[in-house]
Amino acid sequence: MKQFIVTSSLFFCCMLLTTVLVFAKGTGLIIVSNEKGNTLSVLDGKTNKLIKTIETCGRPRGMHFNLDKTIFYVACADSDQIAVYDVASMELVDRILDIEEPETFDLHPNGKMLYVSNEEDAMASFVNLETGEVVMQVEVGEEPEGVLVMHDGSIVFVTSETANMVHAIDTETGEVLADIIVGTRPRRLALTPDGKELWVSAELSGSVNIIDTTKLKVTEELLFRPQGFRKDEVTPVDIIITRDGKTAFVALGRANHVAVVDVASKKVKDYLLVGKRAWGLTLTSDERLLYVANGLSDDLTIIDVKKEKAVFSVSVGFVPYAILIDD
Amino acid sequence: MIKKTCWIIIIAGLLSLESVFAAAKTTLVIGYAELESDPRYHNQKLYAGIEFKPRGRPWPGAEVGLRDSKIVGRALGVKFRLEKVSGENSAELASEINRLYKEQNVGFFIVDAPAETLVTVTKETHGKKLLLFNVSEPADELRESDCNSQLMHTIPSYAMLADGLAQYLVSKRWKDILLLEGILPSDHSLARAFRRAAKKFGLKITAEKEFILSNNPRQREQNNISLLTTHKSDVILIIDTDGEFGRYVPFQTVHPRPVIGTEGLVASSWHWAMERYGAPQLNQRFVKRAKRKMLDPDWAAWAAVKVIVESVLRTKSTNFKMVSGYLKSDKLTLDAYKGVPASFRSWNNQLRQPILLHTHNAVVDLAPLKGFLHPFQNLDTLGVASEISKCKLAE
Repeated sequence: MKQFIVTSSLFFCCMLLTTVLVFAKGTGLIIVSNEKGNTLSVLDGKTNKLIKTIETCGRPRGMHFNLDKTIFYVACADSDQIAVYDVASMELVDRILDIEEPETFDLHPNGKMLYVSNEEDAMASFVNLETGEVVMQVEVGEEPEGVLVMHDGSIVFVTSETANMVHAIDTETGEVLADIIVGTRPRRLALTPDGKELWVSAELSGSVNIIDTTKLKVTEELLFRPQGFRKDEVTPVDIIITRDGKTAFVALGRANHVAVVDVASKKVKDYLLVGKRAWGLTLTSDERLLYVANGLSDDLTIIDVKKEKAVFSVSVGFVPYAILIDD
Repeated sequence: MIKKTCWIIIIAGLLSLESVFAAAKTTLVIGYAELESDPRYHNQKLYAGIEFKPRGRPWPGAEVGLRDSKIVGRALGVKFRLEKVSGENSAELASEINRLYKEQNVGFFIVDAPAETLVTVTKETHGKKLLLFNVSEPADELRESDCNSQLMHTIPSYAMLADGLAQYLVSKRWKDILLLEGILPSDHSLARAFRRAAKKFGLKITAEKEFILSNNPRQREQNNISLLTTHKSDVILIIDTDGEFGRYVPFQTVHPRPVIGTEGLVASSWHWAMERYGAPQLNQRFVKRAKRKMLDPDWAAWAAVKVIVESVLRTKSTNFKMVSGYLKSDKLTLDAYKGVPASFRSWNNQLRQPILLHTHNAVVDLAPLKGFLHPFQNLDTLGVASEISKCKLAE
């Protein structure tokens, strides 16, 4: 009798575990925002084939999942709104209206607040996700783009493309803690897993600036010089750092390559050829594959991270911007 | 007794406010100088309210540049301000600039004026610690024989515009050109630049005609489009800076040929329909301010303010020598909103920049076109090369 109870409880535990694993794994779908097509391309994660194209709001760009990956948000600048989709059904379930020209955004780790750059108003808005209300607006430089919240939620960083700055804003008070001067036309942001370094791409300087997050000062500059390209032909945009903090990938825009950087030594290990105007980057959750959005060839390049090689490419919509992977 | 205390408190409050302002910011004043009866705006033909070529004084361009710089000011503790001066003639304008230099220590002046005025102003301000920014005059002589170490140009020259269009013709292999030239001095200047560009890039102007605006049948050889375009070529290059005649040329030519030049496919520094590199954002900011579309001089005035602010930002100084030194150096990396960073050419103070090739509502391409190479800087395939420049900048 005792044996039976033990075995069956073990069996039930295994069942439960399997069920939990299935939910955690997600749909495996890949979602791409197409800035000029005003659509979302949905691809099957296993085959990388396009399953469907969803008509969405005007000029969709930045996208993020919520904390438990049950919904995802899409910022639509030309529609002045953030669209909310259900992951399982891919249906539009809500809209956050009256957000002025949202470009990119990030969520507070508690999932309750959203911080968004208002491209044409030189503002960063704090949006309460429960009420959908803009609770605060902070004046930043013209054309704010990249938005990133510190791991502990205390500071939100916003780049201003025109002012050549990164603004460090207190998430509680909205106070601008620092206006950090960086290279020319700063675009996107990435944090090292330990939160100590903030990496900023300076598109027209052909470099990435590294900011010390405690001192809020630039400590280093990484230059990218793939062979055959002049300085002004290298326009870095998106940056992504692996969970172990060891490797960073930088999309080099006009240079049509992705740089592989060793974070510790800050040395570029390799340049990988991708499509035209590599802008957006996303890793699968097992970090085996890197998806690259090529803005001007309307496709994605998929890189095998271990092999450091592009292994696949697939057509998506008109001017792809961001990629979400539900895995 | 209470009243006195109140006053003491009020005065103390005011004094402390004053010290706060004093401690807060230095102000950098940027001068903006324009000619009151500028023939380029005043002689603008507006027959029955029909505007052939849009024109507008570039003051709003400078204003947008200033507004863009507000946050830079916040970060550095520097306030930027524009101060406008004007004169009825060149001499008066020059003296106004000198006055501002003397009274307020203004070192940077945006000047919207025709070539003759710029030459006078440059002469009258010579040797002073100031820089003049030409934002609306494309005349090649200002970058060649009339160049000056204190005269900077953010608007491109005729040579750069012509070279941009010439590169496009080469890329399409439309090498045989029929040139139709107007009678205005600006027409002659632009035509001269095209002849130079044709030679430079291996194009052939196989026929040239001068057109006039008239209905007189005795002058039909010069005013009738059919009679003007019997010669067969690959393209028809119309040079009509005024615009009234040129707008009729497309579709009225004898042979079905593309019209380029001041009509059809046009080379400019900027265009309202530019879609990439952040251009729509700049265009929208400008329209909000000026209530009209952004033109070349507007962009050039905006760029002039931006190079000054950028140089203050990078040197962290408002000292004239430091700022002007950085501005003229190869370290200057201006985001000109055309995809490639802009900087000044050391041999003639011209801002090197991409040139837009556009129709009435679309930017077709950007010069330098793909494939046109230069030993160091592809942007220098546009405009007069350093090796053959007649400009000798004194230090």
